Amino acid sequence: MTMNAISRSQIYVLDQDEALDFYVGKLGMELNTDQDLGFMRWLTVNLPGDPEREILLEKPGPPAMDPATAAQVRELLTKGALGGALFMTTDDAHKTHEELVAKGVDITDEPTERPYGIDFGIRDPFGNRIRIGQMFPRA
Amino acid sequence: MSRAVEESNRAMLRARDAMDRSYAQPLDIPALARIAHVSEAHFIRTFRATFGETPHRYLQRRRVERAMALLVETDRDVTDICYAVGFGSLGTFSRTFRQIVGASPSDFRRRRTAPVNVPSCFAKAWTRPSSFG
Repeated sequence: MTMNAISRSQIYVLDQDEALDFYVGKLGMELNTDQDLGFMRWLTVNLPGDPEREILLEKPGPPAMDPATAAQVRELLTKGALGGALFMTTDDAHKTHEELVAKGVDITDEPTERPYGIDFGIRDPFGNRIRIGQMFPRA
Repeated sequence: MSRAVEESNRAMLRARDAMDRSYAQPLDIPALARIAHVSEAHFIRTFRATFGETPHRYLQRRRVERAMALLVETDRDVTDICYAVGFGSLGTFSRTFRQIVGASPSDFRRRRTAPVNVPSCFAKAWTRPSSFG
């Protein structure tokens, strides 16, 4: 058994329109799929030119989970404790950081040079953690 | 959970992120309460209810965590590190560090282990001495 790609990842968001505004409008991702399936809105985005790797922006709630469980998910998400994180790469961490600051994105960690590269942290409007790195070539 | 609680959580997280990002600045409760858009008393009470420790304690331990990292990863002297992570005096830094870590900064440095090369947000979250054992 050999798996050969991570094609989709998922994060929870509290509001899918606001998520679209953030991930597409501010981070510059592309809308991949926005489809009303009846039981849920299937909303995915991808980095420009990379439609084979989608991120599903899922809203927690019934009927997939009961209201009490959804409330727990929402609470953990807004506390930054839900887990899950997105790691993206860039050719120029400082420039990307400057652009995101100008767009009013919440910065959690300023660009810092580490043994693996230069990276910084941001948070989406709901509490999800995102890391953006300009990675050095692996030895 | 109400929308108000979600918004409050997110505001507290924004203030906590400010501590993680700007720990070296002279952050105080009024400044952090402004980031969260609440009064100082409300901020302290709500932060503690949200994260299980006071904002002062969170910041103090973030600064100690950063000092631990600098002691291990650099050759900067202890006084330099003390001010670099936001402490106002060497006495307070040494006393606080020993209280939390159980060793002086110099002793801690002597026991140094190789730094780990994982994304720094994970290292910072997992190596900050917490109030929770």
